[in-house]
Amino acid sequence: MRRLVPFLGVALAVFAWHLAVVMTGTRLVPSPWAAVRAIGELAQKGLLLKYIVASLFRVTWGYFLALLLAIPFGIALGTWRRGELAVNPLIQVLRPISPLAWIPIAILWFGVGDLSAVFLIFLASFFPLTVTAMQAVHNIETIHLSAGTNFGLSRPQLLVRVILPAILPQLVVGMRLALGVAWLVVVAAEMIAVNSGLGFLIVDARNAGDRYDLVVAGMILIGAIGVVLDLLMRRLETLDFVRWGYASE
Amino acid sequence: MKSVERYLLPVLTAMVLIALWHLAVIATGTNIFPSPAAVAKGIFHLAEKSLLWSYIGDSIMRVVFGYGAAVILGIPLGILLGWYPALGRLVNPVIQMLRPISPLAWMPLAVIWFGVSNVAPIFLIFLASLFPLLVAAMDGVRNVPPMFLQAGRNFGLSVPQLMRRVVFPAILPRLLVGLRIAFGIAWLVLVAAEMIAVDSGLGYLIIDSRNAGKRYDLVVGGMLLIGIIGLAFDTMFRRAERLARAE
Amino acid sequence: MKVRFSNINHHFGSTRVLDRIDLDVKEGEFVCILGPSGCGKSTLLNIVGGFVKPSEGEVRIDDEPVTGPDPRRIFVFQERGVFPWLDVEQNISFGLFKLPEGEQRRRIDHYVQMVGLKGFEHAYPRELSGGMKQRLEVARALAVNPDVLYLDEPFGALDSITRLQMRRELLRIWEAERKTILFVTHDIEESVQLADRVVVMSQRPARIQKIVPIDIPHPRDLSDPRYIALRDSIFGEIGLAHQV
Repeated sequence: MRRLVPFLGVALAVFAWHLAVVMTGTRLVPSPWAAVRAIGELAQKGLLLKYIVASLFRVTWGYFLALLLAIPFGIALGTWRRGELAVNPLIQVLRPISPLAWIPIAILWFGVGDLSAVFLIFLASFFPLTVTAMQAVHNIETIHLSAGTNFGLSRPQLLVRVILPAILPQLVVGMRLALGVAWLVVVAAEMIAVNSGLGFLIVDARNAGDRYDLVVAGMILIGAIGVVLDLLMRRLETLDFVRWGYASE
Repeated sequence: MKSVERYLLPVLTAMVLIALWHLAVIATGTNIFPSPAAVAKGIFHLAEKSLLWSYIGDSIMRVVFGYGAAVILGIPLGILLGWYPALGRLVNPVIQMLRPISPLAWMPLAVIWFGVSNVAPIFLIFLASLFPLLVAAMDGVRNVPPMFLQAGRNFGLSVPQLMRRVVFPAILPRLLVGLRIAFGIAWLVLVAAEMIAVDSGLGYLIIDSRNAGKRYDLVVGGMLLIGIIGLAFDTMFRRAERLARAE
Repeated sequence: MKVRFSNINHHFGSTRVLDRIDLDVKEGEFVCILGPSGCGKSTLLNIVGGFVKPSEGEVRIDDEPVTGPDPRRIFVFQERGVFPWLDVEQNISFGLFKLPEGEQRRRIDHYVQMVGLKGFEHAYPRELSGGMKQRLEVARALAVNPDVLYLDEPFGALDSITRLQMRRELLRIWEAERKTILFVTHDIEESVQLADRVVVMSQRPARIQKIVPIDIPHPRDLSDPRYIALRDSIFGEIGLAHQV
């Protein structure tokens, strides 16, 4: 019975949606069933897969590029105090610039296309990841670093055997949050800067003939993929060598 | 010596970066991308015309209303959902499904419901901040150590007293972190919303400067302003967190 | 001659922490450094461990000056020193990376057995009790076969029954392996139960106030008049009447 409660919640929400559409007699906002049909229509036209792949492709590239650069960069800043002093204030100023504010520059440098979107997602993930890695290095217990050096580890060994495993739990949480932001940004970027993907689908469906059923279908797809990405990242957090964490100690 | 480094090093890095930027503009001979001096001049120019101030005012007004509404609604609702676990189980899946929908994806619906007006971007900012706040408050209440609640009941507190004197102080640190994170997202969404849905504000300044005459000096100026104002808010939130922890 | 502190002075900023410490520790000896909390005894241990450079003076071990941490001398922290991301076996083998596979295996098995963690080889620290984590840390230290062990209030966070058991375990291991042990504690009873000699430190800036040899053979009987006399003399030395 307890297992069913969550489904009940979703069912109630969908039912309330249906009721609201029927009762207000709106023509613009589609009913749940119309939204499902719209997803079917997208699948038939072959756009469903194409748009999903386009969005995921951009997120994957931008996000992994950011991981690849931000984590070593953040660790370097975390272990090298002078470097941090020099660079951190600049990161703090650049970080709150909405990645979307970079759109004009992205288009200027990379043109209208995938590369611009990838660049924006890269920016959106790079700063939070850098800060997370840096902060995580600060949070390492001195005892663990001391123990590592006591057993005769060289600096590269210390990095691999103490620093990396010690920051992993915080890093994985930061990675999940950054992926959430990246997913938010890809939709916005696609609404403005490119001609494919789920964000484009939403804008296009509205502009080309007020197809609000397609708009809502797009929203559902964005939500569903977001949930899946979040669940995948949460799975990472339950791995044995990640599940500890200084907070829970 | 150490404290001198603390101020000198960032200034030095900033100077090096600005010099590199300047050199890059000269070396590439670009006519479009502005030099640092051009950006400074652009900002100054805008500030003189007072347009800048009204844009900043508009942006902050939108964020304050959207975010404020989310705080007023989201936190009590989150506390309620955390306090009654059965209710939480019922509603949480709906929240989890709505949460990852990029707030910007609501834009077309927001425009049908509210027209092209200030309300549409405020609604988007409201949505963007609501879910993180709901989740922070709910998780906060669920994680209040049972010991605290027992102690509270032991001293004979009623439920409203328990809320005010035990639950709320106990979740405050976590709540403040949630407030800061939600604000960060709200700030990000604001800019995007202004780029699409309205014709004032810092987001609009950026997109308009580009579309109307490729004024990239104003684009970059607008970006810097967004960064600086965002940083100011972020610093405020962090200060509040530190105060709450010190108490 | 094993460990020799000569004329160690140390200060943090303008606060003097250690005042002219001279001490010789013999090979295989068990020495307790006893003092009130915050007196600087941990700093002294960190200096001999190579983690802190003294403001003045030096420590020599077998006539070699200490310049940094060294795997021949292992520092045992309170139980928080075990690596939470490694399981019991991985923790024990942490320092064994230079040895061949077979030798690593042999030592892991040996020390898992010795500290009584059989059956928990693949458990993570979060699944272990405080006493088990402490034994794990001692095993991790012993596995690299160090000449000297430094223990910094290792049993401070344990309950009193576990603490007694841990002392017995430590003595058993020490008698089997005869490592030189420097053991920092603020617990007078603990020091008299364990040590060959108790080094009593003063309040900050810490000086060596007195060195008390404990000439009672192990196992020590806690109701032995000699034990009580030595214990009370240290209570007196620190300025406490032994009364509650």
